[in-house]
Amino acid sequence: MTVIDAPRAQVPDELSPQRGRWHRVRPFLPLVALAVLAILPYSTISLPGIFEGPVNSPGTLQLLAICLIFGGLAAGYDLLFGRTGMLSFGHALYFAAGVYGTDILVTRAGLPLWQAALLTITGGTILAALLGAVALRTVGIAFAMVTLAFAQVGAILVARDFGGLTGGEEGLPLDVSGLPAGLVGVTNTVNLYWLALAYLTLVVFVVHRVSGSPTGRVLAGLRDDERRIGVLGLDPYRYKLVAFTLAGGLASAGGVVYVLIVGGASPHITSSELTLSLLVMVVLGGPGTRWGPVLGGVLYMYLDHRLTAFGTSDAVDNLPAVLSRPLSQPLFVLGTVFILAVYFFPGGITSLAPRLSHLTRSLRPPR
Amino acid sequence: MGTVILLALTGLGLAALYFLVASGLSLVFGLADVLNFAHGLFLGVGAYGTWWAAGNLPGAGSDGFGFVLAVAFGVAAGTLVAILVELVLIRPLYSRTIEQVLVTVGLSLAGVALLQATWGADARTFPRPDWTRQVTGILGAQVPNGGLLLIVAAVLVLGAILAFLRWTRYGLVIRAGVENREMVTALGIDVRKAFTLVFAIGGAAAALAGALGGVYFGTVSPGQGGSLLIFAFIVVVIGGMGSVVGSAYAAVVVGLVQQFVNYYGTSGLGDICVVGLLAVVLLLRPQGIAGKVATA
Repeated sequence: MTVIDAPRAQVPDELSPQRGRWHRVRPFLPLVALAVLAILPYSTISLPGIFEGPVNSPGTLQLLAICLIFGGLAAGYDLLFGRTGMLSFGHALYFAAGVYGTDILVTRAGLPLWQAALLTITGGTILAALLGAVALRTVGIAFAMVTLAFAQVGAILVARDFGGLTGGEEGLPLDVSGLPAGLVGVTNTVNLYWLALAYLTLVVFVVHRVSGSPTGRVLAGLRDDERRIGVLGLDPYRYKLVAFTLAGGLASAGGVVYVLIVGGASPHITSSELTLSLLVMVVLGGPGTRWGPVLGGVLYMYLDHRLTAFGTSDAVDNLPAVLSRPLSQPLFVLGTVFILAVYFFPGGITSLAPRLSHLTRSLRPPR
Repeated sequence: MGTVILLALTGLGLAALYFLVASGLSLVFGLADVLNFAHGLFLGVGAYGTWWAAGNLPGAGSDGFGFVLAVAFGVAAGTLVAILVELVLIRPLYSRTIEQVLVTVGLSLAGVALLQATWGADARTFPRPDWTRQVTGILGAQVPNGGLLLIVAAVLVLGAILAFLRWTRYGLVIRAGVENREMVTALGIDVRKAFTLVFAIGGAAAALAGALGGVYFGTVSPGQGGSLLIFAFIVVVIGGMGSVVGSAYAAVVVGLVQQFVNYYGTSGLGDICVVGLLAVVLLLRPQGIAGKVATA
């Protein structure tokens, strides 16, 4: 049986040259970033080339909100992959459970949003606990396959439209008539943006609290050497199930926010490709690091959206067909970037800073 | 009776397709511990290679010897891509399993996007020979010839792989490597050559699956490989990783279950039953039905 050697956490750059003042400010940077993100919708500056309209236009805010959601999803997925060393290929299922659960309860059953959200998150968490209890009886690659297969059942259920609940291939638009007025309409995109920001903050907070707690140390121990945890008298199965359930619950909460932002559910979110994308996000950002998965998720979704626009732009269209056709496929660009990242930046984006500082230090003339 | 025979034979046709994809997957998996997500790409290359050759290659066409030539071209293209992938992408990450899997994930995303960029996202009509469109009467059932062709091809491939594994020196190295890679390496045998060979065999089988799958379905599309791949994964796990015979048994079981349940139950229920079967097998026999990992 294969045992996956999970990616190790990055060494915190305590050895980095810039101690002093910078070091004292550093712990507050996340709060500053949060404040900047929170007041971003009040600014009317436009960044041509980066966003299509001014920052506070509904289109840009929606794109930003989706980026934030996926930053949170990637951080939740990293609880499994980067921090516990579990390679799950079925994380899309719990996200899709959140999206479709909310949509069905609101649109088909006519429940108020808060009830639907509560039921969905509870249901998603229970689903993760049940399926995790079965899947975790296997390890390594077999675990990846079982989670993949379970997620595939979800995709089939959605696509085949059993009971006429999911709308099949067409998807299910969200019935907005029962929703709170503040979450409906183009002018209220800003509220959805804040909701997405709140979700990201929640996930980051939970993941950091868990990984900083004694449980988090056990999870890191499981990632590095599972047998050692067993020898210590702790039950690896139970800890892994806790992580799996928690990550599933967080993903389904993300689905609740996502369905509000996008205004409906479509079957492509159930595909295994979504889990693969989450994996790409985490590895691009830096698995097991504090901000890597968030950065990876935000960057991936941003590129995914912008590359579509870039691919149809004049600059690309004027290139010869050999270049312009592949470049118009976001997944081609992202897949290639991902392969290169696996080779040349094993620690992801977050490993770039220490590498660069080493580089600049070695280039500086000795004093 | 006719319905049962028809369902059994179309199920076996599906099983043949799964086996062709799963055999290479299973060997790569057993030998290199790599879950090859790019395997569906080899299938896509084989299908599009055949499709392209039938229209553009001189001498090739959609009938008779021309079709054989087109399929040969598709299989050669798939094999070449598989060898290149092993040499360029997998080999530099030798013994870093997780990175190897990640690279194949990236490749599966980029490769399918490349196929889509070149030939469009829509399905294209596959140039199949006329006789594969007809049906043959077997015991009162009208069976499509395309499915029968797949069954024959899969049986031939199974025989060829088994003969290769049993009676050649490299077959011996591969069998031993699947059993215990460290031991074979310690004996001074270069397992990496065996990796390349296994990738080539797997790529060829998958490309053949792509070409004949095009005949079976009548169309070819960029996403075809990916959707077959998940069931091929299931076949590999049920069959026991690294076991070609196990993959063959599992492919038959999965194909038949899927076909019969989809017909007598609701459409889609068969796919779910297959996943249920996987869960049961994993809970009762985590090593798969072929018993001990890795035999020919």
